[in-house]
Amino acid sequence: MNVLEARGLTVELGGRAILRGVDLDVAAGDMVAVLGANGSGKSTLVRALLGLVPLRRGTTALFGEPLASFSAWHRVGFVPQRPSATSGVPASVREVVASGRLARRRPLVPMRRGDKEAVGAALDAVGLTDRADDRVSLLSGGQQQRVLIARALAVEPELLVLDEPTAGVDLATQRTLAELVGNLVGRGTTIVLVAHELGALEPLIARTVVMRQGRKVYDGAPLPTFADLHTHTHHLPTTGPQDHRPDLGTPLDRAAGGELR
Amino acid sequence: MNLLAVDFVQRALLAALVTGLAAPAVGTYLVQRRQALMGDGIGHVAVTGVAVGLLTGTSPTLTAVVVAILAAITIELIREKGNTSGDVALALLFYGGIAGGVLITGLAGQSATTLNRYLFGSITTVDATDLWVTTVLAVVVIAVSVGLLPQLFAVTQDPEFARVAGLRVRGYNLLVSVLAAVSVTVAMRTVGLLLVSALMVVPVATAQQFARTFRATLVLAMGLGMVASVGGLLISVEAPVAPGATIVLLAILGFGLSFPIGVVLRRRRVAAAPIVVEDDPFEVDDPHTAVPEEHGHQHGPDCGHLAVRHGDHVDYVHDGHRHAVHGGHYDEH
Repeated sequence: MNVLEARGLTVELGGRAILRGVDLDVAAGDMVAVLGANGSGKSTLVRALLGLVPLRRGTTALFGEPLASFSAWHRVGFVPQRPSATSGVPASVREVVASGRLARRRPLVPMRRGDKEAVGAALDAVGLTDRADDRVSLLSGGQQQRVLIARALAVEPELLVLDEPTAGVDLATQRTLAELVGNLVGRGTTIVLVAHELGALEPLIARTVVMRQGRKVYDGAPLPTFADLHTHTHHLPTTGPQDHRPDLGTPLDRAAGGELR
Repeated sequence: MNLLAVDFVQRALLAALVTGLAAPAVGTYLVQRRQALMGDGIGHVAVTGVAVGLLTGTSPTLTAVVVAILAAITIELIREKGNTSGDVALALLFYGGIAGGVLITGLAGQSATTLNRYLFGSITTVDATDLWVTTVLAVVVIAVSVGLLPQLFAVTQDPEFARVAGLRVRGYNLLVSVLAAVSVTVAMRTVGLLLVSALMVVPVATAQQFARTFRATLVLAMGLGMVASVGGLLISVEAPVAPGATIVLLAILGFGLSFPIGVVLRRRRVAAAPIVVEDDPFEVDDPHTAVPEEHGHQHGPDCGHLAVRHGDHVDYVHDGHRHAVHGGHYDEH
């Protein structure tokens, strides 16, 4: 049985075709990297697979169940593409990670021991156990990305979908991610990863799907030329603007640029 | 005479207590959704609800709840669309609401003084029925806000993730909006429709100065809201000041006092946070090739070799390969 199955996916946003008839099968235990330039539709593809963007045409199924009737969301972990893990009100790292466990919890029932252990294990897996009770906004950009990854792991998913987890993160996070993905693959987790640059993840990728202008133009083993283009990593954005610039998040504080927020 | 023993003062105190607890509980989710002013908008539209009550002779509180809920659902649906004209649509709704309220109140033959009781609160005119309704609604708001905290936190923090976690995002978002509408009506008699948003948001801003977690922010905001609400009422019992305005100013005073403390606390936390020394990617993970050959000159804009921009540096094409300056040597690129 395929974990993911898409037939003729067509997505239009604002009258523009973003995906044009994409077919994709992902079998259990696969590790697939979806590659492509900005605007190629790679991010939209995985978002459509999870039902986050409306389909113009086509069908998708998760674990053999059509998306419309799919309800076993505890089998799916998702790392969205976000500039940061913060929001309007302060939240601790543990709270954000624990929200990933909700698919396995009932409303109004407190966390059971198994839930707490899963959250603890997810924090441990990304190396943030010692920061668990800190405000998320005090973490660096790379650490916040790891918080989002831990949140997806907390549900103990069989399918993990990561949207650009390597974009703009420091080397430590890339290494943690590579190690983590390696372990998950070893345990049989199916992984679909959207990436602009594979970076430290490259050795783990057995199958790539290349998107161009909303179409799938390649599906198979990583192309050597593509790999060659990425053998050197001189442009790791290790000091991206959000790193070590804590978001203080009060109305009268000044942002790093000196402007009142 | 001990004023606190008087019936209407006791009722007012109880109303202030539950209002002070309920409004910031919902306010926390509104701030989390970055909708601090939504309570104000709902309050504007609720004026029409009050006026309909006055015109038809039914309880203005009841009609205000119904109209406020309808307004909150409309606002949420407009917000969900997320386009810029939604902003204008909201303005139409808010000012249409307040203008309609004033107009209908006039048609009902009621004076502006009657409407003022709802615009700025008149906690001392709360009768037993009002108190009963207010208390029940406030308890429902508090129970839902606290009981569904994990779900509401997830939905307001990251709606897309919440959807993939199997939560009914739209339903929960509508629930937050309905809770906001109900707490606006609850707070209407205490601080009034025009000031209700302050009681929902200001205690949250104060709580943020100290709390590290979302849950702590919510609980602390509820406590602060209660203190401001009861404290403001007690002041207005002793001094000739309006209770609603006193409550709101007390809440803002609380923020004013806590803000400098919060700044100091955050500075300390930033200073105490461990500084993670990241490995230098150029030293560790980058199997670069230093070029052993001697160069007769420094590559530069005038050296005559073809210069190629390569990300953050410039390569020089040199005997069929590209060299980049790296420290004291050249790298093969």
